[in-house]
Amino acid sequence: MSTLSLTSAFSMLLKRDLVLAYRRRAEMVNPMLFFVLVTAMFPLGIGNDPKLIEAVGPGVIWVAALLAALLSLDSMFRSDFDDGSLEQFMLSAHPVSILVLAKVLAHWLVTGLPLFIVAPLLAVLLNIPASAIPTLMLTLVLGTPVLSLIGSVGVALTVGLRRGGVILSLLVLPLYVPVLIFATDAVKTAIVGIPTTAQLSILSAMLVGSLVLAPVATAASLRISLS
Amino acid sequence: MTAASSTRTTTTFEAKSLACIRDDRVLFEDLGFTITSGQALVLEGRNGSGKTSLLRILCGIRLPESGELFWEGDSIFRLGPEFHEHMAYLGHKDGSKLDLTPLENLRIARGLGKARADIGLEEALDQVGLYGFEDVPTRNLSAGQQRRLAIARLLVTDAKLWILDEPFTSLDRKGIEHMERLFEGHLNRGGMAAMTTHHRIGFKDDVQLVRINLSER
Repeated sequence: MSTLSLTSAFSMLLKRDLVLAYRRRAEMVNPMLFFVLVTAMFPLGIGNDPKLIEAVGPGVIWVAALLAALLSLDSMFRSDFDDGSLEQFMLSAHPVSILVLAKVLAHWLVTGLPLFIVAPLLAVLLNIPASAIPTLMLTLVLGTPVLSLIGSVGVALTVGLRRGGVILSLLVLPLYVPVLIFATDAVKTAIVGIPTTAQLSILSAMLVGSLVLAPVATAASLRISLS
Repeated sequence: MTAASSTRTTTTFEAKSLACIRDDRVLFEDLGFTITSGQALVLEGRNGSGKTSLLRILCGIRLPESGELFWEGDSIFRLGPEFHEHMAYLGHKDGSKLDLTPLENLRIARGLGKARADIGLEEALDQVGLYGFEDVPTRNLSAGQQRRLAIARLLVTDAKLWILDEPFTSLDRKGIEHMERLFEGHLNRGGMAAMTTHHRIGFKDDVQLVRINLSER
């Protein structure tokens, strides 16, 4: 297959998933609403101690982002598995990992990017100083694609199970820990005013690593789920 | 064979000593066959005799317990996508997105395979009797029309080998006859097919069928 038809297959699949998401847009705002609501619950529960809220803020935003990502993962392959489209992808003339990458990208654009957009508002809600908000945004833009990519492997393994939800969280959440640690640490460091290059570099490395490895693992997992 | 078909390049699809085990039960073993251009493999057998499993092995979704499959002499497990560009699979599930229109569904099917140059998407819809339904959401089509859309998917790629699992499900009698003519046309163009059906196949006499009965082996 030529490179041209491979790129066109990639963009065609990306467009397909975005069109599908647009036609069911009511479902697609759910992860973002969940993210906003969970984050908004914390100040209510903790009480009006600004210092305490500021201290837990980065962690709260990131844990909520983690859970929102987890919540949205199942939709990545579920409907394609149910209606047989996934079989057709596996039998396509293109490498499955490239098609997987297109699907993960579409999924991130629909579920991860909205988190990134509302994050500054939530940062203000949690009393995170304005000087640390750019770092928070950077950690989200580097970290949430990693969540989608790692999650795609887990969801590919569990898509054949009828109730894969719990197993999926058991599989995937431990793998999210490094992202959580470095992302929250970066934001906390930025609040104090210390440079955060180290943490951001490690997050970038995680992104690059998962970008290369996750689609291949996901393609293999899908093959196992379908056979 | 007629003079016209003998001048065509023949391709072969060969299975050697395939075995399939499901839940500790041997569905079939030491199964082999060869089909060439213009021939159709017809699988028969009771429910649960392994017809669907065999078809899924033939297209490479499922791995056989033992045995090998060869496309023009090369193992399909080694060829991977290079084999898949020559085949199209129609399974129990249609593989269409209900939220997309038939035209959008076909466009994706064409993009996933090797596009066939001599037929347009509208023409393919017309051939399966879905003319006028291009822009209706697939969700609003009847079960039979959705099956027709799935068959149209076979027409838009350049696949030589069609693997068909009960292709006539939910089609009416006229529809079945019409689809049989389409399948014959594919075989006459030098294509091949591997299929199961509970319907008695009404192909014309000049179509060569290779029959395998999985219950009587």
